Amino acid sequence: MCLAVPGKVLDIEERNGTRMATVDFGGVAKEVCCEYLPDLQVGEYAIVHVGFALQRLDEDSARQTLALFEELGLLEEEFGDPWELAAREATK
Amino acid sequence: MKYIDEFQDPELARRLLDDIHATVTRPWAVMEVCGGQTHSIIRHGIDQLLPDGIELIHGPGCPVCVTPLEVIDKALEIASRPEVIFCSYGDMLRVPGTGRDLFQVRSEGGDVRVVYSPLDALRIAQQNPQREVVFFGIGFETTAPPNAMTVHQARKLGIRNFSLLVSHVRVPPAIEAIMQSESCRVQAFLAAGHVCSVMGTGEYPALAERFRVPIVVTGFEPLDVLEGVRRTVRQLERGEHTVDNAYARVVPPEGNPAAKAMLADIFEVTDRAWRGIGVIPDSGWKLSARYREFDAEHRFSVTGIDTREPDECRSGEVLQGLLKPHECEAFGTVCTPRTPLGATMVSSEGACAAYYLYRRLGTGSRSTSTAGSVNSASAKAPLEGSPVV
Repeated sequence: MCLAVPGKVLDIEERNGTRMATVDFGGVAKEVCCEYLPDLQVGEYAIVHVGFALQRLDEDSARQTLALFEELGLLEEEFGDPWELAAREATK
Repeated sequence: MKYIDEFQDPELARRLLDDIHATVTRPWAVMEVCGGQTHSIIRHGIDQLLPDGIELIHGPGCPVCVTPLEVIDKALEIASRPEVIFCSYGDMLRVPGTGRDLFQVRSEGGDVRVVYSPLDALRIAQQNPQREVVFFGIGFETTAPPNAMTVHQARKLGIRNFSLLVSHVRVPPAIEAIMQSESCRVQAFLAAGHVCSVMGTGEYPALAERFRVPIVVTGFEPLDVLEGVRRTVRQLERGEHTVDNAYARVVPPEGNPAAKAMLADIFEVTDRAWRGIGVIPDSGWKLSARYREFDAEHRFSVTGIDTREPDECRSGEVLQGLLKPHECEAFGTVCTPRTPLGATMVSSEGACAAYYLYRRLGTGSRSTSTAGSVNSASAKAPLEGSPVV
């Protein structure tokens, strides 16, 4: 929950009066609210907490962080099936 | 298990470590506030690469761990009600309440759903107008803006069957409480980088000045942590105590102004109990009176909560940096991630879970190790990629 994952903005549109983006996290696409970064543009990178873009990040930093997270299995922890993860945890 | 070969730039890691080893002339105790940093430190063995005299004390920055038992028990009670769809982050599922957890509530028929974002919970409320949808709003300054925006949206869209069970916590009052504690050994802080990416660095100079402690805003990746420690040690050796930003690529001094404005509108500062620690003045946020209709504690009257922590669990001492996880008798015996006594053994940010995952086969922590000093030369061996454990 506390993990901040960098992702690339693929598109931005208004939904329900809210500025929402599709963000790619190393192959996983998620809907992300970008109301807190009102001038965020398509093609830019942002760090995302629980579906909200909270800061910009340069592309090199974003790519390095994503590569590390993937290697450490953190992307699965963040985006995988939480019931399956919790069940696996319970039988460790 | 591999540690240092996961450093993305081993050469830079070595240079940072060499600089730290060359700078240190005496012992220092540095607290990393954030549980994410604790995991990074233990996972990559950073504490074992530092000079012997540098002790990293693990702080209380694990939101799942410090959410008070009373709030967990309220969540379990609300989640058991037939009219409720209870939405939570996955991290909370196995956090022990008094005698049970959300996982069990679900197996007993409770409608507990895991969401990635609070906006998902709001969508569930829209799709289920006949049900009451409650979102478990916990966490530090990073998860509070998403919850604030979700409440803002709920009002804007006129969604009445949505509420938030709020237990937000704030880092600066915790630093103040730690420094005021009689048993405090902390001489410097690595401040939580992502908290500062929202709040900026403005709350910290007064703390650094008042308690004469260096506070270095630090990121989460191994190299970030090393750089944070390097800058901290440099200040300590020079007798300085300023706020330094070692994570500027993510943390502008002003933080995120839009998020701060929304927080100020939706929430108000309140005293908050931290599990295992006690009440810390002004250390939390609750929904402000204007948004009370979205407060689950207001909407559902929960009475008769009788909280009981297991006697043998010492997670409170772990959270205050007074005890290392493996020094607890229950660690790895009666208390494991499978049968956790306390939240610190559950969470992906809990110190006990980090030690269990990465240290239980291994060398133990530096503070109890009798091994010889890890000097600059011997620190280089793991950098070649050989396993530390």
